[in-house]
Amino acid sequence: MSTDTINALVLFANFILVPGITYGSQLALGALGITLVYAVLRFSNFAHGDTMAFGCMFTILTTWWLQSMGVSLGPLPTALLALPVGIAMTAVLVIVFDKLVYKHYREQKSAPVVFVIASVGVMFVTNGLVRFIIGPNDQQFSDGMRFLVRARDFKKATGLDEGLTIKLTQGLTVVIAIVAMLLLFYFLQRTRTGKAMRAYSDNEDLALLSGIDPKKVVITTWLIVAALTTLAGVLYGLDKSFKPFTYFQLLLPMFAAAIVGGVGKPLGAILGGFIVAFSEILLTYAYKKLIGYIAGERPETLVQLLSTDYKFAVSFMILVVVLLWRPTGILRGKTI
Amino acid sequence: MIRVENLVKHFGGVKAVNGVSLTIEEGTITGLIGPNGAGKTTLFNCIAGAFPPTGGDIYLDGERITGLKPHELFSRGLLRTFQIAHEFSTLTVRDNLMMVPGEQPGESLWNACVFPTRAHTREKEISDRVDDIVDFLNIKHVEHELAGNLSGGQKKLLELGRTMMVDAKIVFLDEVGAGVNRTLLNTIGDAIVRLNQERGYTFCMIEHDMAFISRLCDPVIVMAEGEVLATGTAEEVQQDEGVIEAYLGGGRKVAKNTDAAS
Ligand SMILES: Nc1ncnc2c1ncn2[C@@H]1O[C@H](COP(=O)(O)OP(=O)(O)OP(=O)(O)O)[C@@H](O)[C@H]1O
Ligand SMILES: [Mg+2]
Repeated sequence: MSTDTINALVLFANFILVPGITYGSQLALGALGITLVYAVLRFSNFAHGDTMAFGCMFTILTTWWLQSMGVSLGPLPTALLALPVGIAMTAVLVIVFDKLVYKHYREQKSAPVVFVIASVGVMFVTNGLVRFIIGPNDQQFSDGMRFLVRARDFKKATGLDEGLTIKLTQGLTVVIAIVAMLLLFYFLQRTRTGKAMRAYSDNEDLALLSGIDPKKVVITTWLIVAALTTLAGVLYGLDKSFKPFTYFQLLLPMFAAAIVGGVGKPLGAILGGFIVAFSEILLTYAYKKLIGYIAGERPETLVQLLSTDYKFAVSFMILVVVLLWRPTGILRGKTI
Repeated sequence: MIRVENLVKHFGGVKAVNGVSLTIEEGTITGLIGPNGAGKTTLFNCIAGAFPPTGGDIYLDGERITGLKPHELFSRGLLRTFQIAHEFSTLTVRDNLMMVPGEQPGESLWNACVFPTRAHTREKEISDRVDDIVDFLNIKHVEHELAGNLSGGQKKLLELGRTMMVDAKIVFLDEVGAGVNRTLLNTIGDAIVRLNQERGYTFCMIEHDMAFISRLCDPVIVMAEGEVLATGTAEEVQQDEGVIEAYLGGGRKVAKNTDAAS
């Protein structure tokens, strides 16, 4: 392999593969929450993005408090230590909203669209809470070691022109996402409560006629969703930064991910997360340098299909295409 | 055991059940027959809590149960099967059955983590029961299949299997026999009788197969157009003029008409 090819590969890994896998894992965790709510509670939860912000916010507040107490995890971000608090607060939030809002409509057997509208209300309230408590601005809360692999060190070690950077937060995102997903699948496939959730999602009438306690199923679902959203929110925040509005915007790619994969299917949400992440990155990346390495000559223009300003439009396009071409998504979703 | 008083259920303009009063005595296998659209399934749905009746009351052992939710009735020992078989299509046949008994220790995260052995003992018990049932119903070879892939008749068997998973007081069977082959139908009949005699289950079953009804049921209640037409033993109702006209013997009625025409 020529040096140019290797340089091209490194460039590809650095700007597309690594960010894609990281962003994909974050979206997948978010989409899993959406898909679980859809499968078990049967509505599209528009408050999901802001719930994510809420969980991340409490993790940040706890992180700051821990930092002020001089507690740290050494090379790892202190936020990991604060994560359980964020998850617990989010669990309280979603369960309180369930009791105050969704429970009523569930008892009325309201149409799904009623739930969706209710969730828009919940979204505004959550959003208000977050802005009220932490404000609308950007917050940095990542501390500890910054890089797993540094571009400079990589270049020195390999003697290549192109460097590879892997941030610690990127590595953490992928590891934590994999562990969370494995736990989730184990839970759904093997445990009695997980099976009860699947049963309830599959056939509610019948579940009610068995010993399945719907209240328990609903609470368990919210608990899992709280954990998944907070994880997604914190990992995204550590990787980029925390800003309430960004989390609201993430709603679109997360929904796109859930729907592409087949809404209601956990595996689909993961698949969808990566599809959306890579589409966004592949369509907004400027290929000038990469083509230069491969063709031996750099093109005049940037060779960028879409400006990065349009990255949310990518999710939108994916949504439109999927809804037109295969509305049930890749895995033919509906139930888990 | 079950007492229904003046039960009414309207769907918009359709009077599906229109003032039904009946009792189901403890220990009986009560048959419920009647033409299509007579309101039999609707009556079951009201009793089993699928939807609240428009009017009237239902009592279980003297206690009013009108409007209770299906799972509340389940915990009181009132079970039902569906005319159109319901199953958890994405769970295996085995898991479908394992799902039925409520209050399993493995269900609470606390118990599952802190007393895993307790959860295991109970799970073993339930699992043994599942073994017996799949053997009994001849569905052992498909126990690890997804229930959604079963044939229509097998789904019916699964429905019946579900009711055998717990100690029920009263079971409402909505055409368990429909779509099941003859030999198996007899086996199911035997199972019902055995559950009735050995475990003291009370049954109320809707069925269109008159021979099957005659063999198992006493008394038999006949419904037509949302009302109870007759009650009695299988022979009695088969002799009943009104019943023959409305349900059993279209033949006689046609004969009469041709007489009149000629
Ligand atoms: N959910 C519903 N909404 C509207 N109408 C209904 C509903 N369920 C039943 N009906 C109507 O009520 C009437 C009685 O139906 P039901 O299912 O109780 O009959 P059935 O006696 O069980 O008949 P079959 O022997 O065919 O099963 C029918 O006219 C039916 O159209
Ligand atoms: Mg019927």
